[in-house]
Amino acid sequence: MKNYLILITLTLLLIVLVSSLNEMPVMGDIASPAYNEVAEYYINNTQEDTNITNIISAIITDYRAFDTLGETTVLFTSITAVVSVLGFSIKDKKE
Amino acid sequence: MDDLIVKTVTKLIIPFIQLYGIFVILHGHLSPGGGFAGGAIIGASFILLTLAFGIEYTKSILSAKVTERVEIGGVIWYIFIGLIGIAISGVFLGNRVAGFPMGTFGSVISGGMISLITIGIGLKVASTMISLFHHIIEED
Amino acid sequence: MRYLNLILILFLIACAIAVERTKDLVSAIVIFASYSLVMAILWLILRAPDIAMTEAAIGAGVTTVLFIGVISRTRRMEK
Repeated sequence: MKNYLILITLTLLLIVLVSSLNEMPVMGDIASPAYNEVAEYYINNTQEDTNITNIISAIITDYRAFDTLGETTVLFTSITAVVSVLGFSIKDKKE
Repeated sequence: MDDLIVKTVTKLIIPFIQLYGIFVILHGHLSPGGGFAGGAIIGASFILLTLAFGIEYTKSILSAKVTERVEIGGVIWYIFIGLIGIAISGVFLGNRVAGFPMGTFGSVISGGMISLITIGIGLKVASTMISLFHHIIEED
Repeated sequence: MRYLNLILILFLIACAIAVERTKDLVSAIVIFASYSLVMAILWLILRAPDIAMTEAAIGAGVTTVLFIGVISRTRRMEK
């Protein structure tokens, strides 16, 4: 009974995903909704604003630098958790 | 692991891996790559050194104290650059408005604070990889 | 190019199913590394070389070594 339920749910999900695949824009399509005025602004103004050639680098370390600071903080928090859990050893206790 | 072939190949190949990692970090604003990819490559070279020569040898080169200091220093360096922007122009992480030198378009020294931030992220990611691996593999 | 894409994506799906079905965790990690490598090639085909480099270095290199380090501290077979 349970297996049939899982199978029916997955089949419905497959039908939904495959039917929505036809509506997706082709890769590199100018008319796709993801290509709006934000992307146009980056392409037109990166050289003037930051004077570098790599637009992706300009986005992650200049326009969105605050997000990258958050990403760095996530890495820092994760390594702090690992060190505080695994860094304790019997040798340190003796000293 | 006491294997002569692995040790010899590791000795030969590690300078090239690290040179490529430094290239990816320093050219992060000109070509594909950047702080995260370059830092991961440098960290992977030290993981290879640990796998071939053992954890004691790697810790004699790069002790846990050094990796911890570099890791904390990476975050502080990032925030410090942001605070320079506040002090000069009132914008956190401001680049052109804060008066960083822009350099010539397309050369290695260009883009103001972007390459400084990329170096900080690269050092931080590399030391994170190394200390994570050392803490997981270290025996009590 | 179309057939190469198709083959790579089918291989990706096969890898993802095999990782879940394998009982031996070390084999699962090796299959996961090949999954990451194919994913890196797919990023390159999608014209995202930044992500491809990071995926190849972190996904196929560092994650594999970290997983094997964790398994060496626990047990090898899934219960």
